[in-house]
Amino acid sequence: MSVVQLFNGLVTGSFYALVALGLSIIFGMMRVVNFAHGAFYMLGAFGAYVLLDSWQIGFWWALILAPLAIGCFGMVLERLLFRRLYALDPLYNFLLSFAVATIIQDAMRLRYGAQGKPYRVTSQLLSGVQHIGSTFYPKYRLFVIVFSILVCVVVWFLVERTRIGMVIRAATEKPDLTRALGVDVDRWITPVFGFGVALAALGGVLAAAMQQVRPSMGEDLIIVIFAVVVIGGLGSIAGSVVAGLAIGVIAAVGEAYYAQVSSTLVFIVMAIVLLIRPAGLFGSVEGA
Amino acid sequence: MPDGSLLSVENLSAWYGEARALSDISLEMRKGETVTLVGRNGAGKSTMLRSLIGLHKQVRGRMTFGGADLSRLSASQRARRGMGYVPDDRGIYATLSVEENLLLPPAIGPDPWSLERIYAMFPNLRERRRHPGSKLSGGEQQMLAIARVLRMGATLLLLDEPTEGLAPVLVQQLVVLLNEAKEHGVTILLIEQNLRFATAVADRHYLLVQGKIADMLTNEEVRVREHQILEYMGV
Repeated sequence: MSVVQLFNGLVTGSFYALVALGLSIIFGMMRVVNFAHGAFYMLGAFGAYVLLDSWQIGFWWALILAPLAIGCFGMVLERLLFRRLYALDPLYNFLLSFAVATIIQDAMRLRYGAQGKPYRVTSQLLSGVQHIGSTFYPKYRLFVIVFSILVCVVVWFLVERTRIGMVIRAATEKPDLTRALGVDVDRWITPVFGFGVALAALGGVLAAAMQQVRPSMGEDLIIVIFAVVVIGGLGSIAGSVVAGLAIGVIAAVGEAYYAQVSSTLVFIVMAIVLLIRPAGLFGSVEGA
Repeated sequence: MPDGSLLSVENLSAWYGEARALSDISLEMRKGETVTLVGRNGAGKSTMLRSLIGLHKQVRGRMTFGGADLSRLSASQRARRGMGYVPDDRGIYATLSVEENLLLPPAIGPDPWSLERIYAMFPNLRERRRHPGSKLSGGEQQMLAIARVLRMGATLLLLDEPTEGLAPVLVQQLVVLLNEAKEHGVTILLIEQNLRFATAVADRHYLLVQGKIADMLTNEEVRVREHQILEYMGV
């Protein structure tokens, strides 16, 4: 296995980590298994594409604007739809998110067609290749790895070291008691939902340049992301990041040695992890 | 509302689905009083506390705290008005450090305890303030749970069996702690099976039998009728 393959694995893994992180935060605090997360990821990629195509706004701005806009869109959906179902069995919100995903995806297909659109990163800084030992590797892909890991570290810091993070952790662990201790959990639900959606959109912006931007890109990703979150442990921040990176690399290794099994590998890993640790690598039984 | 009344409950009933857990409970607590609810398992004591703080929602009847109608307030609003709830499982967060457990509730009320004051009283908690809450012993978790609502500055403590599983020396420490809180005007409603402890800290006692208040007793009456009460409680 070459260095290039290992790096490709890390690139895929860092997407997984970013998108899984958002899914995990949302599940932890709201108990919403958000099937629409893949659609938000796809919207992020389209956001970057539309900004460039319609307004000639390049990659760096897209990296900020698209997650911001789609995060706000997520907050609106939370307020209008998801919030109404929290009191019911989580299955209802899962069904709702499935409907939201389908509607968003079909709306995008109607507007932009099913064909993939190319997206080009215009920045000089990120074009060309970088020497790594005796081989070359695209600068943009290196950027994706470093940037994603940086975002994960920042999110970790927010969750572990700030007051808001403390409230998120407490509400994830014991939602009712946290309210009974005077914490206004509900005030944080909409922003946290929006933040999780923004992370998915950020993943989408990063992905836009590496694959064709198309309405079905989220649908393909979300299944793998669910597996990543289950492997990491539902609701676990560290678990999503570690499992995301690990699955990316494992899939790349699989690709290198036995390409036929590559896309199945993640589910084999999931089955093994569930057999050994039913709550996932970093999950606790209570949190699951 | 009688003068100095802090908590007033009128005809409170509570259900779990079809099953009635509390029937027409009425009680009154003045500021600075300590009152226990005694009764056997399943008598509805925990349901009573959970209804007061707003975690049990299938209730009917009137509850007021400091003159405010509780039915209009969410659990977090009730807490921010000064109700400090300590559940029977202590409710310590495993994903929060000991100090974060203390700092989680917002500081409210006229007299929130400082971390310094809490650590002076519980040196163990200071030593372990960076440890995850789940790494504490049962006794330390109980102290942490009570310290947490004192740090918050709660004026009414709702304690669900604070002495359960505690070593006698810790029960003694708890008596000291609760008496100190009382001296600062804190009102306490606690569930208790340990009558010795109950009479050491409380002013009077409600005997709960099958979801109804069967009797109200003074400390003196509890001492005289100890055998009969223990029988009621099935101890």
